[in-house]
Amino acid sequence: MPHDDHDHPHALLPPEPALRVKALETILTRKGLIDPEALDEIIDTYQSKIGPQNGARVVAKAWLDPDFKRALIEDATPVVADLGFYGRQGEHIVVVENTPKQHNMVVCTLCSCYPWPLLGIPPGWYKSDAYRARAVREPRKVLAEFGVTLSAETAVRVWDSTAEIRYLVLPLRPSGTEGLDEDALAALVTRDSMIGTGLPKVPA
Amino acid sequence: MTRVHDMGGRFGDGPINPEPNDAPVFAEDWHGRALAVTLAAGFLGQWNIDTSRHARERLSPKDYARFSYYEKWISGLADLLVEKAVLTREDLSEAGSNDPHPLAARMLKAEAVATALAKGGPADRPSDVPVAFEIGQQVRTAHPAANRKVDGGHTRLPIYASGATGRILRLHGTHVLPDSSAHGLGEAPEPLYAVVFSASELWADPENQRDEVVLDLWQSYLEPA
Repeated sequence: MPHDDHDHPHALLPPEPALRVKALETILTRKGLIDPEALDEIIDTYQSKIGPQNGARVVAKAWLDPDFKRALIEDATPVVADLGFYGRQGEHIVVVENTPKQHNMVVCTLCSCYPWPLLGIPPGWYKSDAYRARAVREPRKVLAEFGVTLSAETAVRVWDSTAEIRYLVLPLRPSGTEGLDEDALAALVTRDSMIGTGLPKVPA
Repeated sequence: MTRVHDMGGRFGDGPINPEPNDAPVFAEDWHGRALAVTLAAGFLGQWNIDTSRHARERLSPKDYARFSYYEKWISGLADLLVEKAVLTREDLSEAGSNDPHPLAARMLKAEAVATALAKGGPADRPSDVPVAFEIGQQVRTAHPAANRKVDGGHTRLPIYASGATGRILRLHGTHVLPDSSAHGLGEAPEPLYAVVFSASELWADPENQRDEVVLDLWQSYLEPA
């Protein structure tokens, strides 16, 4: 049964958010239920080891290698796992490809589902009420706020991540990138371009 | 029957104000701490991802609206720790005991973090439920959108897509059903589909007739249309 307890236990903790977190960490540590060094390790993992550079590597490879791209679109999970990109919040990956006729964009209207092993922890705006509420109903107005304007001929397909499937957008390769190697291409791939709210950078 | 987290399509939230691509992962130090405490507590094994999502959804509408993202996490976690009897209310008010905790042996240690995060927790399971829909088939979503096992319980069919007709785009295999799993009623795996809806099926005034929304929906949320 859902407990709709109007006397929520969280109200017993200090109201100020930083103190609230600290208080719960202290209580759990004192009882031997969490290890503060494990918390440091989790934070370091998502601050410096796992982030959009992983997804950018996948996109650059897909731009360069048609066989890799075909396998990625067919069943991405084993393909990205081979590159070492697997784990929490990335157990079932689907890659959706942008074309001149269709632009893809990802949201989670119910919470904040996001492909952690490929993109890291979602940015604040992705978790905001405004993005969650508006992305499905008015994606073009949302895109305009990110500086992206699509032609009326390009259909927008918004993916609402309502299950444990995590979506990565494969953006269109920018023109003028012929001859660039994987590292140079990966450097053009922004986080937002893999969520679908941005486009890759164009080479200077 | 609605809950406050189910906000897809809502009016009135204003501009998005995206931060730049290179903004810090955690805008405040306590954000990272809140995430880490929540993950570490999850490794005690007293609940699953559906239970923890539902704990955040059950914050009162007033709290849900006024709390920032990680305040929801930490508050949902505190509620869950008491509900699952990991902590007592006295523990939270710092009047609790310092006796050794029976779950202490399960504590996630620093050296186990990398392996634990890399291992993940897949949601696909073998299932006896036969696949009922083919790719391309027209389906209609349940109306009203609600947990059919537990009144007010967890479900992943958003209100904006309830009673709508769409088309099966993809079969994802058979996955744990959150409506059951969130409430300790078993994993009840069943077929999960990506279902595509025309924007004009969902919205009174769609931006473009060709636009679409895709949702991942369990078979029991769907009927043939």
